Amino acid sequence: MNTLAPIVDLLGQFQDPVVWTGLAQVFVASLLAVVVVGISRYRELALERELGIALVRGLIQIVAMGSIVGILLTVDLVWSGVILLGMMGGATWISKNRGEGLPGVVRVSFLAIVFGSGLVIVTMTLAGAIEANVRNLVPVGSMIIANAMQINSLALDRFKSEINANRETIEAELALGASPTAVISRHVETGVRASLIPVVDSLKSLGWVWIPGIMAGMILAGENPIYAALYQFVIMAMIFGAGGLTSMTSSLLIGNYVFTEADQLKAIDDADE
Amino acid sequence: MPPTLETRNLTRVVEDDRLVDGISVAIREREVIVIVGPSGAGKSSFLRLLNRLDEPTAGTVLLDGVDYHEIPPRELRVRVGLVPQSPALVPGTVFENATRGLTLRNEPIDAERTTQMLTQLGLDGYEDRTVEELSGGETQRVAIARTLLNGPEVLLLDEPTASLDSASEARVEDLLSELGLTTVLVTHDEEQARRIGDRVMELRNGQLVRLGSPTEVLS
Repeated sequence: MNTLAPIVDLLGQFQDPVVWTGLAQVFVASLLAVVVVGISRYRELALERELGIALVRGLIQIVAMGSIVGILLTVDLVWSGVILLGMMGGATWISKNRGEGLPGVVRVSFLAIVFGSGLVIVTMTLAGAIEANVRNLVPVGSMIIANAMQINSLALDRFKSEINANRETIEAELALGASPTAVISRHVETGVRASLIPVVDSLKSLGWVWIPGIMAGMILAGENPIYAALYQFVIMAMIFGAGGLTSMTSSLLIGNYVFTEADQLKAIDDADE
Repeated sequence: MPPTLETRNLTRVVEDDRLVDGISVAIREREVIVIVGPSGAGKSSFLRLLNRLDEPTAGTVLLDGVDYHEIPPRELRVRVGLVPQSPALVPGTVFENATRGLTLRNEPIDAERTTQMLTQLGLDGYEDRTVEELSGGETQRVAIARTLLNGPEVLLLDEPTASLDSASEARVEDLLSELGLTTVLVTHDEEQARRIGDRVMELRNGQLVRLGSPTEVLS
């Protein structure tokens, strides 16, 4: 009986009158989209099929996601950890593509994302900035993980480019008897710095170039705009913190994997994962 | 007394490509060995193995009779210094680049000795110039100074004078003669091999095909 409870809850959510209001809004919005499709057909842009599929697909995907979130909201708190860990695994899988060819990239990405985003999620939950329930932990945690993934990808991508572009210099310095750590340090720094540029730019432009989603959503939901702004800053700071920790962890760890025990620089493309 | 540097069946195979194929040679103290051979013969690969930038897939190298696998790689690379074909300097001044090895290893820098070395290589007064201002030949000489300032016992040089004019080439050769280090030098220049080589090794397809005096090996 208990195993069916989330499904029953989900069906109950579909019977909420607000869902019918939403469907009516979808109908009106779709009419406008149909106008665009009609114009496309009239102007012979040959986009009507693609636009139509994109609209239907988008609606199905977002309702499916809403349903999943609906189920998630009914499960126990302990599942938050499992869900977030699963998200970290997914983030690792996506992120490793950027560092393809770097030895140890999966291990390093997973450790970095778990450490960077995990530490921030746990700390901020303990501090009360994230409420300790599934409704808050999963969406806010997923945002932090997604950004940690993006920053990790950028760091690995840049690090890989740095190694490939500076292979001769790195080997010339190893040939002088330098340690891999000393030789690689400026390339690690470059990777970390490059990976943090997007989030630093976001922080700089926060509020005057763009109003981020959470703040906009909270204001639309009738929340105090000042509190919405403060909470948005908290979110950005968490993203920055998790991203910075992830980027530094992955760059430092990956530096150890690109050298052999005899301090030889491995061939990046041939390196085994 | 063991040879200063000795290779025993030194081999490196990468994906069925025998870059260095069973080379055995003993190099005496203060001897200058010149390696010649066509492009792709394994000359640079052989030097990289001596400095242990690459790992042999078979065989080994002995430094003063000690298997180099028993010597910490960083110590080995200071004792067996390599001047690579590409100078690969870092942005900064000539002085900073010349003393790069010492800086990276956190060892004290002797400014007077550095200036003296640069002067011997025809780079007097170049200390504060940035490396972007240097010609190809000057860059190569900074790379030579960088390795020599490490105080190696054995010097490995991969075409060190390829981009130098004849005056600079003579200067580098004079310095090598003056230093009297055990030296292994790769060159395409047979005249240079005759001038400075005590013995000449000819490599083809990674194998040692001839070893002897310049007169014996070079036609």
